Amino acid sequence: MPRVAMTRFLGWLAVCALIVGLAADFGYAPREMTQGNVQRIMYLHVPSILTAYLAFGLVLLGSVAYLLSRRASWDHLAASAAEIGVLFTAITIVSGSIWGRPTWGVWWTWDARLTSTAVLLLVYVGYLLLRAMVDEPEARARYAAVVGILGAANIPIVHFSVYWWRALHQPAAMLGPGRAPMPGWMKGIVLVNWIAFTLLFAYFLSRRMQIARLEEQA
Amino acid sequence: MPYTRRALAVLWKDLLTERRSKESLNALLFFTLLLLFIFQFALGPDRDRLRVALPGLLWLGLILAGLLGLGRTFVIERDNDCWEGLRLTPGDKSAIYLGKLLGNFTLMVVVEVLLLALFAVFYDVALGPALPNLGIVLLLGTIGLAAVGTLFGAMTAQLRARELLFPVLLLPAQVPILLATVSLTEATLLGQPLGEVSHWLKLLAGADVVYVVIGIMTFEFILDA
Repeated sequence: MPRVAMTRFLGWLAVCALIVGLAADFGYAPREMTQGNVQRIMYLHVPSILTAYLAFGLVLLGSVAYLLSRRASWDHLAASAAEIGVLFTAITIVSGSIWGRPTWGVWWTWDARLTSTAVLLLVYVGYLLLRAMVDEPEARARYAAVVGILGAANIPIVHFSVYWWRALHQPAAMLGPGRAPMPGWMKGIVLVNWIAFTLLFAYFLSRRMQIARLEEQA
Repeated sequence: MPYTRRALAVLWKDLLTERRSKESLNALLFFTLLLLFIFQFALGPDRDRLRVALPGLLWLGLILAGLLGLGRTFVIERDNDCWEGLRLTPGDKSAIYLGKLLGNFTLMVVVEVLLLALFAVFYDVALGPALPNLGIVLLLGTIGLAAVGTLFGAMTAQLRARELLFPVLLLPAQVPILLATVSLTEATLLGQPLGEVSHWLKLLAGADVVYVVIGIMTFEFILDA
């Protein structure tokens, strides 16, 4: 299958998966007892951040691979993944904020996980700003790769420092050690949405990388 | 020339230039003095309030001074094609990074000593018993600040929007250093032994190692072209 047709197929696949996910969120999932309908935001919130983690992982991969191989396609991968990662991190923060207002009574609180996610967003917005301000493609790729690597190495350090500084968020539901306070069917719905978001991410990524290739040729 | 000698040569060159021109140091010392006044005006004359905010203010002052000072080390290399000279240095380019890092570290330590003395005088803080522990915290925090600052300073020195980009890149990366040093400074000023806050100390030391190692490994990619 040619590349364009593949991308288009991926896009439609993502749309179908998102429809299934939405049907599960609103049709299958029951109304939560204490939080009410607002709990359904979780089905958007958790897959978004997991997708963002995937994106930032790819930024690191693209950055290291670029410095080692100096092939522009790795830089395109890092740049595209960073943009989409920032988008999904922003969705996570905004959706969490909309959930937090009725549930915790505040839009924002300086809790450990909120703060570390916000710092994550700031680091990669800085990365995108740097990219926007360097005109020469080769220098831009080198500088961005260094920032991408340092930013990724900093994630665990930021995580621990902010965690010791403060904690109020519920424990991680899908990844990480410790108990996941979630019934099996709920995890199933999150999983369906996670798959849908990952497909959507893959579609965005391939489109964005196409654009990056075209920009370079122009 | 072996690696360490090349690093020390860069350090010596920077210290000598700074001693003769006193460009960065004079401006930075004056800037920290100004900061002290600004903090005082922002918080008002209430001594208790100042004392509570003190660890945060101290590190905020250092980071602001770092934003001014660290970005400059590579900007001065742009004059008289010094940049080309540095790039022509034979051997591993990370020696240049280490030399610049040591120079920046020294500059920041001088600023810190002055800032601490000014804090003690103007805000009436009894630093005496906390001084040895505070010294350890300051040195560890400065390594982290200078390591990332030197790396990003080398990068942004070559860009048109460097005054804007340098803080935008450096500040998010300094979040762990700021959280750790403020917590440690708080603890030391309260007279707690460092053993009670050893997790912060380990985090700070770990962050220093990670930043310096990444700086050494990636510096040549910033320099070449």
